[in-house]
Amino acid sequence: MARSKVREGSPWTGLWAVVFKEMADHLTSARMLILQALTLITAVGTVYAAASNLRDTVAQDRFLLLRLFTTAQQPLPAFVGFLAFLVPLIAIALAFDAVNGEFNQHTMARLLAQPIYRDALLFGKFLAGLFTLALVLTTIWLLIVGMGLVGLGVPPGGEEVARSLWFLVLTVFYGGVWLALALVFSITFRQPATAALASIAVWLFFTVFWGIIVDLLAQFLRPVRIGLPSEYLAQGQLALMLSRLSPNTLYSEAILAMLNPAVRSLGFVLPIQLDGAILGAPLPLDQSLALIWPHFTGLVAVTILLFALGYTLFQRQEIRA
Amino acid sequence: MAADVVIESHGLTKHYNSFVAVDNLNLTVRHGEVFGLLGPNGAGKTTTILMLLGLTEPTAGSVRVLGLDPARQPLSVKSRVGYLPELLGFYNGLTAYENLIYTAKLNGLRRDEAHERILSALAQVGLEEVVEKPVGTFSRGMRQRLGVADVLIKKPQLIIMDEPTQGLDPEAARDFLGIIRRLKADGITVLLSSHLLHQVQAVCDRVGLFYRGRMVLEGTVEELARRVLGGAYRIQVEAEGPASLEEALRRVRGVVNVTRPGETLYELETEYDLRPEAARAVVEAGGKLLSLKVEQPSLDDVYTRYFEQEGKHG
Repeated sequence: MARSKVREGSPWTGLWAVVFKEMADHLTSARMLILQALTLITAVGTVYAAASNLRDTVAQDRFLLLRLFTTAQQPLPAFVGFLAFLVPLIAIALAFDAVNGEFNQHTMARLLAQPIYRDALLFGKFLAGLFTLALVLTTIWLLIVGMGLVGLGVPPGGEEVARSLWFLVLTVFYGGVWLALALVFSITFRQPATAALASIAVWLFFTVFWGIIVDLLAQFLRPVRIGLPSEYLAQGQLALMLSRLSPNTLYSEAILAMLNPAVRSLGFVLPIQLDGAILGAPLPLDQSLALIWPHFTGLVAVTILLFALGYTLFQRQEIRA
Repeated sequence: MAADVVIESHGLTKHYNSFVAVDNLNLTVRHGEVFGLLGPNGAGKTTTILMLLGLTEPTAGSVRVLGLDPARQPLSVKSRVGYLPELLGFYNGLTAYENLIYTAKLNGLRRDEAHERILSALAQVGLEEVVEKPVGTFSRGMRQRLGVADVLIKKPQLIIMDEPTQGLDPEAARDFLGIIRRLKADGITVLLSSHLLHQVQAVCDRVGLFYRGRMVLEGTVEELARRVLGGAYRIQVEAEGPASLEEALRRVRGVVNVTRPGETLYELETEYDLRPEAARAVVEAGGKLLSLKVEQPSLDDVYTRYFEQEGKHG
């Protein structure tokens, strides 16, 4: 008998069966309905407020559609502000019981006794989460564009649509980070509640505490001793670099540049560097993209790293409970 | 390898760190057999099953299932072998049909083909009435039968069941044993593990006794009984008579052992059915024969006796 060293067949055998089953589960689950309703209410509320605000004040704006996402009307924050909160929650809700749930229902042994590899199961679950997230966000995006058309009566320009689509893509990939994180915890912890709490703890850490820690670290590592501008600059640059380790910072900077064409830089700009620039003039789309490209690749890289970690852990896991 | 060998392992060994779960196992199961793996919990039955399916890699030794290597060709093995795990779970929110559709799709079946196979599999295990009911409402026995339907979808040549009748009420267990017999009649080889001995005895053609990761005994129940009990038959003689009766019975040719559980009760372990000889011995010794019964040795006796002997030696 020939004994080959490689595994037979494709690791993706059965991938789509897993994806469709998981998506069907997600889209019918009570958990998703609640989160969808929450996102929908947020979208309608903030965009309605923004639209009424925009009608009164900046009717000559070139980028009205984008303003719908970013305009805050007291006491409501802007839609993007809400989204930075909601997307991680939705992503975590989609994945925190992905693997341990199969163990707890005793379906894992039966599932892996089917002619598929573990690769297909794990990647299928991740993809299903990502597609579900994309589906939900696209629905809301379309709703907002529609509301903008009705509320403002101005059709959006091509560049506006392109920018808001990029915003959509960035948001989905931002969700991918939290999806991969929750997936890792669903492999590590046998109890879904523990996995959910761990994911939310990481999210809280980056949302609330990371900013404080960054400030303290920057003050400690780059202290301002005699008050030179270069000292302040060094401290500020370190703080910025550290804060960009958080996916939240990467996401908020990226959508800021994407939704506000007037943003020309996401770092520190010295007066010398502004020589000859017309302040407030919008950047073309490709320049804005070039500005956020490191952020985008950063988000994707974190997702891939987390998924790879989960993959390694899952491959080594014993099936017997 | 002979053409009719379904499972063959040589020196199969599995270590979990320093713990030896399966030690140098040589197992052969032939086509159309129902083979029972017996043994106390933790004897290595489940680990053996997982290695047969390629769900755990062996530390040493070789194993062939249907002529394939489960570690290198897991997809081919798993598409031909059905597995009923000890803890059998389904998605409770989905119906029986939806649960099986998922299995069918994972096996790469087309929708119309899957539909046909699911309905016939459910009919085969008597669940055609509850096709559209959520599995959450099913009893333990129904779930177990759904598990069989689930493996039948891939039209397996071999079905491996881990403790299939555990936790079933007597009637459900009897039904389930009937299903196993029908699978055998359909030409499917069955390997099952259990510690419920009378059920194993009822369906298995051959059994293997596991103890501490080793297969210590293998054969038909009669063979094991002859080897472990020394005699394959047990005759109960109820007789009144002189004290020499026990001695008289002991002298009958072919009697291995005589015990006296009651005043008028004698139990004979014999190599053959010695009822006429025993009756004659009672009468010749001047006793009054009240009743004479023969019972086949049960696997329980084999099991108990084996571990008694092991206890004495070890």
